[in-house]
Amino acid sequence: MNSENQYTVYAIGDSAITFDMGNIISEELNNKVMAMADWLRKNPFEGLKDLITAYGSVTVVYDAPAIHVKYKLQTTVFEFVRQNLYSAYQSSSVVEKTNDLVRIPVCYDLSFGYDLEFVANDKRLTIDDIIRLHTERTYRVYMIGFLPGFAYMAKTDERLTVSRKKVPRQVVDAGSVGLAGNQTGIYPLNSPGGWQIIGRTPVALFVKDNEKFSLLKPGNYVEFYPITLNEYERISQPEN
Amino acid sequence: MSILIIKPGVLDTLQDLGRFGGGTYGLNPGGTMDRYASVIANMLTGNDINEAVLEIHFPGPQILFKHDALICITGADFKPTLNDEPLPGWQPVLIRKNTILQFSGKKQGSSIYLAVHGGFGGMQQWLNSYSTNLKAGLGGWQGKKLQKGDELSFRESTNDLSRLFRSESNFQLLPWRPDVAQMYSHPEDILFIRGNEFEALTGESKDNLLKSAFRVHPSSDRMGYQLKGKSLFRGDSYELLSSAVHFGTIQLLPNGQLIVLMADHQTTGGYPRIGHVISAHLPKFAQLSPGSSLRFTPVDIEAAEQLLFSQHQQLQILQRACSDHLNSYLC
Repeated sequence: MNSENQYTVYAIGDSAITFDMGNIISEELNNKVMAMADWLRKNPFEGLKDLITAYGSVTVVYDAPAIHVKYKLQTTVFEFVRQNLYSAYQSSSVVEKTNDLVRIPVCYDLSFGYDLEFVANDKRLTIDDIIRLHTERTYRVYMIGFLPGFAYMAKTDERLTVSRKKVPRQVVDAGSVGLAGNQTGIYPLNSPGGWQIIGRTPVALFVKDNEKFSLLKPGNYVEFYPITLNEYERISQPEN
Repeated sequence: MSILIIKPGVLDTLQDLGRFGGGTYGLNPGGTMDRYASVIANMLTGNDINEAVLEIHFPGPQILFKHDALICITGADFKPTLNDEPLPGWQPVLIRKNTILQFSGKKQGSSIYLAVHGGFGGMQQWLNSYSTNLKAGLGGWQGKKLQKGDELSFRESTNDLSRLFRSESNFQLLPWRPDVAQMYSHPEDILFIRGNEFEALTGESKDNLLKSAFRVHPSSDRMGYQLKGKSLFRGDSYELLSSAVHFGTIQLLPNGQLIVLMADHQTTGGYPRIGHVISAHLPKFAQLSPGSSLRFTPVDIEAAEQLLFSQHQQLQILQRACSDHLNSYLC
């Protein structure tokens, strides 16, 4: 772990606080983020409403009036929650565990990969190069955000590093696989979006009517493998 | 016991106080835009404050009451009428069956809350909330905004309401109403807490943020209110990874304009967080209409908390009063 005090704590309004350990993509940091969130789930304080984990930060969403009444505080509620986050930082330990590997089929057909040609031109690669570079790595799911079940995965091969589209698309289809910076991600639902789209998976990332609605979890590892249009159609057919 | 949507409004959805606990999986909380108004609508009808209410935007729906009902309308003023007679808001009211509620014009505000005594039935909670998540197509009424022909039942009420009518009129107001003037006074003065990226603004941009006026842009919706004002600039070009945002977060967009994230905001974002509208001012901020002008004034976290706590305390007093009044009225 980083040396002492490698963090900042700041308010996200008067009902949420972020404990930020760095604006970088690092497995070590993200393991600590997950450990802190686990610790807070096991040691919740009254009024804790939600946790949002990101690459290097944990955010606690809380009910300030409930905490104020419950704990009869002499300090601000902000200070109380800050102390709890600090306890989580001090007390949580990263447990080495074998995280699940999820293999996801992607059809890199031009009809799905709206931006394949743009990325190929921009990066001076062939489309086969893009497919090879995208499928030969194992990615880590660092966080789920933006949409329910949208996994931010990193890091992609440097040769695939691209910026987001200047003007976001109005509708990106569910299942679209995109690139942004050195991240890759999959749109779980139809949504506006600015990532460069290189393919589509027939696998549902957002599972309707399911308490565990997100296929992917922070800490999962993901590998992509290429499939043809026919295979895409076959997998996306409902059973029977 | 039910109401029937004869003609849908532009965006009528069922909402409660939001869906929490799925933040790690990117689940946005949703919920009512004006929490204060929705809570009071429930209090005045004798419901739990987290009961699902119908959130209505303008143009509103036409609603047929198929049975007698005890309801309350709070929030914006869209000139509600019952069989063409003006119907006052912010007051519990008995509605006679076979009458039609509609909204004849946008006078003030952005969202209306309709609560019915006993709550709406015939819905399943999804992850402990009735809030409609339109993107996921889940929660609320079949995950959708209301359509023509949708019929929303009430959870069975034990009280026979027809005996309470004292005349032949279509509606009968219950004789108490809260004073909410203070909550919505000076809607143009919005207090905020400085965000983590506030200091990234140039000196001139900080001045412009604090000293100039902003207007709510027509493209505003439940996800965010876009503001139009002087362009603001950052002194650096530091790229941010996505991290948490919240209801009220003021983000700086790449075009130099601001957006304030609202009830349907995403859980995370990558734009600089210039500030956060304080919770105590979110209700009046949520009721601003496109074209409304506002100014931002910074406060510290302690002041923001104090305002929130005193609001909370007033609501608790109001809840006890509503409950006492209603119990004696229904007896």
